Amino acid sequence: MNNSKQNTDFETRSLDTICVNESHLEHKWYHNIKYLIIGLLFGVVFIKAEIISWFRIQEMFRFQSFHMYGVIGSAVLVGMISVFLIKKFNIKTIYGEKIEFHDKKFNKGQIIGGLIFGLGWAITGACPGPIFAQIGTGVTVMIVTLFFAIVGTWVYGYFRDKLPH
Amino acid sequence: MEMIEFIKQPWAWYIAGPLVGLTVPALLILGNKNFGISANLRHACAACLPANISFFKYDWKKEIWNMFFIVGILIGGVLAFNFLSNPNPIIINDDLRTELATYGILNIDGMLPTAIFSWENLFTVKGFLMMVFGGFMIGFGSRYAGGCTSGHAISGLSNLQLPSLIATCCFFIGGLIMANFILPLILKL
Repeated sequence: MNNSKQNTDFETRSLDTICVNESHLEHKWYHNIKYLIIGLLFGVVFIKAEIISWFRIQEMFRFQSFHMYGVIGSAVLVGMISVFLIKKFNIKTIYGEKIEFHDKKFNKGQIIGGLIFGLGWAITGACPGPIFAQIGTGVTVMIVTLFFAIVGTWVYGYFRDKLPH
Repeated sequence: MEMIEFIKQPWAWYIAGPLVGLTVPALLILGNKNFGISANLRHACAACLPANISFFKYDWKKEIWNMFFIVGILIGGVLAFNFLSNPNPIIINDDLRTELATYGILNIDGMLPTAIFSWENLFTVKGFLMMVFGGFMIGFGSRYAGGCTSGHAISGLSNLQLPSLIATCCFFIGGLIMANFILPLILKL
């Protein structure tokens, strides 16, 4: 048993991940099914628009096609408008909670880590999301890539204090 | 039937992009969840091997919604690939096709070149660099940067975060360097 204190400090948490659960409500597990359905639709879009295609990623980084720029650009635009509307009209969650946003703080990791991530993105044609859809298309060897992405995350956590931030 | 035929065509960017963008408000409105996928890799570490590293000591069960989300992506991938797949050959840029052919990549069906991404190639130098080392860089880099394409480029930019813009630019610079200067050398191996 490990009795050491859990890391609940929000400062650390927000520095390391902006992908967090801001809800303070507790729900039964089956409430999570709705996220599975959103994920499912998201996976279908990934395949149908070939966003997870290694070939499309190569085209993007070689400026040989507009497709990926169009996808990412219009996604960001729709996301921006959505967030703006949520803030402006103070839209609540379906449970009536206030929707929370937190500002990101700059640190050197966004540059160094960002460059390393970019290298990995171009070589595998995958980001942490698309990799699941790639596995879904039957390229089961990508499970190995996923495993080593988890290993990479762990190694970062291990050396975190020694890395420049 | 016409609807199914319509869906089976590859989707244009102006259909797919807005749908991806709508994931941001959908997750926020459904339960105050910030869209970002690389966090799952951290949750996997926290769940399986926290090893007394403070970075992995947090209540990962609180973030279990995100694991449901990625299981959804996996199922979506299986369904779309098997039932909604485009019956026509994939069209890629001619220059890219010509260049890939010089590396022996002739089959461009599917989402990944099977001439490289296969179990048989895992223990070749090329396969190891691309699948194992590539995966490592995705995981290490995205956590070091505090997010990946979804967390920074989509979520972060949607909320007008400057650090996310810096990270997104660096993702692209890294990708440009790899695709144009390093990857051709690896593919020649």
